[in-house]
Amino acid sequence: MTDTTTTAVATRLTTRQLSRRRRIASWKRGWAQFRTHRSGMIGLGILVVFIVVALAAPLLASRDGLDVTRANGPVLGAPSAHYLLGTDENGRSVLTLLIWGSRVSLLVGLMATLISMVIGTLIGLVSGFFPGWVGRIFFRLTEWFLVIPFLPLAIALATVLGRSLFNIILVIGVTSWPGTALLIRSQTLSIKERPYVERAQAIGAGRWHQIGKHVLPNVMPMVFANTTLTVAIAILSETTLSFLGLGDPTRTSWGTMLDSAFEVGAITTGCWWYIIPPGVCVVLVVLAFTLIGQALEEVLNPRLRSRS
Amino acid sequence: MSLVAEPGLVAEDERSASQPRRRGYAAYVGLKVLGAIGSLCFMLVVNFLLFRVLPGDPAKTLGRGRLTSQAQVDAFNKTYGLNEPLPQQFLTFLKNIAHGDLGISLQYRLPVSQLIMDRLWTTLLLVGTSTILATVIGVYLGIRGAWNRGGLFDRISTGASLTLYSMPEWWLGLLLIAGLGVGFGFVPGLFPTGLLHSQNVDPNSLHGVFDTVWHLVLPVTTLTLAYLADYSLIMRSSLLDELGEDYLQTARAKGLRDVQVRNHHAVRNALLPTTTIIALNIGFVVSGAITVETVFSIPGLGLLATDAIGVPDFWVLQGTFLVASAGVILANLAANLLYGWLDPRVRT
Repeated sequence: MTDTTTTAVATRLTTRQLSRRRRIASWKRGWAQFRTHRSGMIGLGILVVFIVVALAAPLLASRDGLDVTRANGPVLGAPSAHYLLGTDENGRSVLTLLIWGSRVSLLVGLMATLISMVIGTLIGLVSGFFPGWVGRIFFRLTEWFLVIPFLPLAIALATVLGRSLFNIILVIGVTSWPGTALLIRSQTLSIKERPYVERAQAIGAGRWHQIGKHVLPNVMPMVFANTTLTVAIAILSETTLSFLGLGDPTRTSWGTMLDSAFEVGAITTGCWWYIIPPGVCVVLVVLAFTLIGQALEEVLNPRLRSRS
Repeated sequence: MSLVAEPGLVAEDERSASQPRRRGYAAYVGLKVLGAIGSLCFMLVVNFLLFRVLPGDPAKTLGRGRLTSQAQVDAFNKTYGLNEPLPQQFLTFLKNIAHGDLGISLQYRLPVSQLIMDRLWTTLLLVGTSTILATVIGVYLGIRGAWNRGGLFDRISTGASLTLYSMPEWWLGLLLIAGLGVGFGFVPGLFPTGLLHSQNVDPNSLHGVFDTVWHLVLPVTTLTLAYLADYSLIMRSSLLDELGEDYLQTARAKGLRDVQVRNHHAVRNALLPTTTIIALNIGFVVSGAITVETVFSIPGLGLLATDAIGVPDFWVLQGTFLVASAGVILANLAANLLYGWLDPRVRT
């Protein structure tokens, strides 16, 4: 009796260790492949810089610099030794706004992507795995949401819900999932037919067990690659919605900076330091996520690898 | 065989097992039209929920503090049928839309349908010109890049496309305004940056047409650059997918020249997936129109919508949302029909 239990424990441990070791090895292989992608590594480098700046914001610039009442710089002053990137219409340093704005832009991008990923993955799994009307209904729903034009829907939602950081995240998250859902669905459809899922089914595994233990781990890499591409779109969306005046008025993001710059006529007065830096930051971060996403897709999808 | 005698009883699986099911084009069209009608119905439901149910208390949100006494609130609710049960409200909503009644704009005091009709053509002109230009240029860039993959042209065009893709299109518009519209340093502004034509010019005269074209240069350039990034990347990757195929080898073995292999064999097949993806991107086209019209203050549907945000003019937002989604659904349908006609394999 004791003999059998010890062997059972031993095998369980070894299988677990084995699968863990295998997973670590596959991560290492993936990283080795990713490292060979020059564009992916460039993207990663850019992203690391921005994340460090966002995390270290309090060290780089005092939070008081965001306070309109304490600002004492010139109105829309040109770059100088004291204000490296000039000042805004309230006399605040544009550089300070830029550093603190990176937090909001990245936060909105990541949180909205999280919502979008959870919804997209769930609906994709269900519509791909469940046969019959359940799957079909979820597939229809995805198709319907796919044709609703994103920006008008987001504008309508944001106007109805009101302006806050949470609502912006919610709006972007709820409107950007259909692409992910379609991708996950097609992956699920192909994985569902594989022998090991059939085997699990034959042994008597329930649907959710099959999904959780066999399908989900296999679609996860795809979800991961898609996530980085979705973050890019989410950050762009945040910038656009904020520019249209739907952002949280109490927080500074790159989008709200561009909105104020446009409102005070920074273009006609030639205040390039108020227009160009926030836009360049958006482009760099979005480009970084796109490059990483593309490199990940090529690492994970061997069919693409030969092309690049 | 009972096949002839009782056609209605042919089992579905028997038929699909004996031959690959390929519908005729008519059946394919029917199916796609039905799908589009389904989408339209869903869109109407979303529209209804978005503007009647989500706001919570519409009298409060829609009235924005203008309704002070209870009598005013009651009158407001009565005008918009907001005190009826929801299913009844939905029927009224459908009836109004069927009659082209989209409510009265709070801001302009005009029927929303009239506002939309006035501005529809401006948007179509802007978006249509840019889409055509972007498709042609983007597809060309994609083909040239993919055919000489890794070459100088490919690297530059892919890099430029990726950068443009990562850029908010309205920010690009702002840069163009600053650079070419306002002028910087000693460089004078070259192009006008606001409205569709000058105030004192009759848009229907010859001079007026030139004036309108002159005003459209910058916004059309902005939108074209924004759209073509997508199209060139898509075309490039679809063509790369075709490169390894056997039929290209065959074409080369036959002794065809490189250009012939490219134009008559590879590009034809690569254009198919590009068509669908371009169609799916039409929602993105609408977004571009909204922001670029705002930046260039072109009086189209997009500017109508963004002007309505601040008020907020709910009925205008609802109307533009309705028109935008209907437009996307119709464009999708058209693309699907085109795709089915070009490639019979998708009619399954």
